[in-house]
Amino acid sequence: MLLQVKDLHASANGTPILKGVNLEVKPGEVHAIMGPNGSGKSTFAKVLAGHPAYEVTSGTMTYDGEDLQELETDERARAGVFLAFQYPVEIPGVSNSQFMRQALNERLKAAGKDELDPLQFDDYIRERVKIVDMDPKFLDRSVNADFSGGEKKRNEILQMAVLEPKLALLDETDSGLDIDALRVVANGINELSTEENAVVLVTHYQRILNYVTPDYVHVMTRGRIIKSGGKELALELEERGYDWITEQEAAQ
Amino acid sequence: MSSNIENILDQPYEAGFVSDVEMETFEPGLNEDVIRRLSAKKNEPEFLLEFRLKAYRHWLQMEEPDWANVTYEKPDFDAIRYYAAPKKKPKKDSLDEVDPAILEVYDKLGIPLQEQKMLQNVAVDAVFDSVSVATTFRKKLAEAGVIFCSFNEAVQDHPELIEKYLGSVVPYTDNFYAALNSAVFSDGSFVYIPKGVTCPMELSTYFRINTQDTGQFERTLIVCEDEGYVSYLEGCTAPQFDTNQLHAAVVELVAFDNAEIKYSTVQNWYAGDEDGKGGIYNFVTKRGICEGVNSKISWTQVETGSAVTWKYPSCILKGDNSVGEFYSVALTNHHQQADTGTKMVHLGKNTKSTIISKGISAGVSQNSYRGLVKMSPSADGARNYSECDSMLIGDRCGAHTFPYIDVRNPTAQVEHEASTSRIGEEQLFYFLQRGIDEEDAISMIISGFCKDVFHELPMEFAVEARKLLGIKLEGSVG
Repeated sequence: MLLQVKDLHASANGTPILKGVNLEVKPGEVHAIMGPNGSGKSTFAKVLAGHPAYEVTSGTMTYDGEDLQELETDERARAGVFLAFQYPVEIPGVSNSQFMRQALNERLKAAGKDELDPLQFDDYIRERVKIVDMDPKFLDRSVNADFSGGEKKRNEILQMAVLEPKLALLDETDSGLDIDALRVVANGINELSTEENAVVLVTHYQRILNYVTPDYVHVMTRGRIIKSGGKELALELEERGYDWITEQEAAQ
Repeated sequence: MSSNIENILDQPYEAGFVSDVEMETFEPGLNEDVIRRLSAKKNEPEFLLEFRLKAYRHWLQMEEPDWANVTYEKPDFDAIRYYAAPKKKPKKDSLDEVDPAILEVYDKLGIPLQEQKMLQNVAVDAVFDSVSVATTFRKKLAEAGVIFCSFNEAVQDHPELIEKYLGSVVPYTDNFYAALNSAVFSDGSFVYIPKGVTCPMELSTYFRINTQDTGQFERTLIVCEDEGYVSYLEGCTAPQFDTNQLHAAVVELVAFDNAEIKYSTVQNWYAGDEDGKGGIYNFVTKRGICEGVNSKISWTQVETGSAVTWKYPSCILKGDNSVGEFYSVALTNHHQQADTGTKMVHLGKNTKSTIISKGISAGVSQNSYRGLVKMSPSADGARNYSECDSMLIGDRCGAHTFPYIDVRNPTAQVEHEASTSRIGEEQLFYFLQRGIDEEDAISMIISGFCKDVFHELPMEFAVEARKLLGIKLEGSVG
């Protein structure tokens, strides 16, 4: 088991947001977590990654045999947990390649491997940019600064390609993308999926699932996963919306 | 998380040690007699004593300025000693007679004065309390015709140059602290670059305050003749005392036709403790005049220390096509206050100035940019570009911008851009999520923010400056 979440409760500023989430993810799997706005799905991704604004009040998160709560945010990252941000942050004056090289080297160092010098990294990244069909000139620009919304999302997937995480949490990576960009991003995700790693896609829309086929689809509302199924569940949601599930849930 | 950041920010001030060096000092207090004794002690020519006395009399008529965006207890000028010098007087050509205790101080600060240990291409004038104790690489510089010596030596050996240029850019009437400095200045550095000479190495003065209740009043004068070039660096540290010390220096630069002076400062005076106790009052007047056509003066400063900073390195662009530049990083933390910026006064035709100011505030500090761009009626085709960026760390500090723009020529162009940003939780989380720890994250964010300024520093100093900001800032996001 790569990730096992049991009865997870978390709150922000004392307000409970996650109210008992359960999830199991095995290597090689792709999970989609869907749900209406404000259901807690983005919060779930951030809590797994260790965002400081959220406090885990009860429950457990086990990643690769380790209790995630025992690991600091940066330690989780170095252990292979990756979050593609819904709103990637701009870092003026720090070049994209400098940032990614630092991130990769931290990861390599933690794994007891040799770090890459700037020239080695340059060779490496020029291969990786092809995965997201990105112009290498973006490497010399400041991280996300003056990037369009689509370029930022693409840049997140590029970072995923560089860092090769074991568990990739993609937080609404599809939102704000036109159809071409969506296809590129989805192809990137597919290309990076292996038998050893897993992807958890957090999304509001079924659209991206036309390109990335999930093994499981989960529906989250009010801080809990209330329904799980195969990829056909996503289509059903697309057709019928979320209300019928919420009503079903309320009826129980 | 925020407590973590505080911890990283609260690194100790490494230069804060006091050294036991035998000193000769005057009793505290200031009057004409003190000035006469000071001047006599230095065996100064009559014109210099006159200059001092005129300045002193003028100073007595002046009020301490209070327009800056800083609050502090005004210094008691009668509690300050106006002369402190190591007892052992070295001969300037050799280090053999410099008090070993002093050499040790500079070693400890990472500035070995023995030439074989030094950076190969940097000559250093070491000013300890008020007096220059050693100047290195003098022979090599002399071969190129460059004069680089302490101010006092220059007074003895080149009085004609001193008489001609002293006060020519910053008159003693200029402001309260310039007047005080003119009356009591102790020592400093003098640089003369003859016509057509490119100074073969970087010149540097390292200022060290050691004695507790002495004021530091240095005077630096750099004259660069036609087609000359010099790059000059200034570094400063002081011990940790819980009383405030006054540092009121004056720097004057003169550049003639096609000459260029590049003046860089890495200021790390003691800033006071976390509660704002102690620290240096840094009240400095720095000004350069681009006297000749196509001349250029460039100021680069990295200000990290001092309890209170009041400093506006400026350029008077008199020669046609002359260029003035100001690149500044000012960092304040805890209770530090900085009011700093520049004045670009355009007189000549097609003169050009660039101002890049980066203010970083953390803790409960206040950081102000204050700058004047003046386009005179004669400044046809003059241009200025200003960019003032502020970064806030935490939510208890302040960043302020006071740009003054005075345009009296319709063909002049002035551009001003400003921004304010914050190192916030989201930005840090982004780094952490990529596996980069908080310390490296802050250092990368700050280096990125200051990139345009660091770019202007000579390489060794850029590394030094980056390290210094890292130490000062580690851990202050909340």
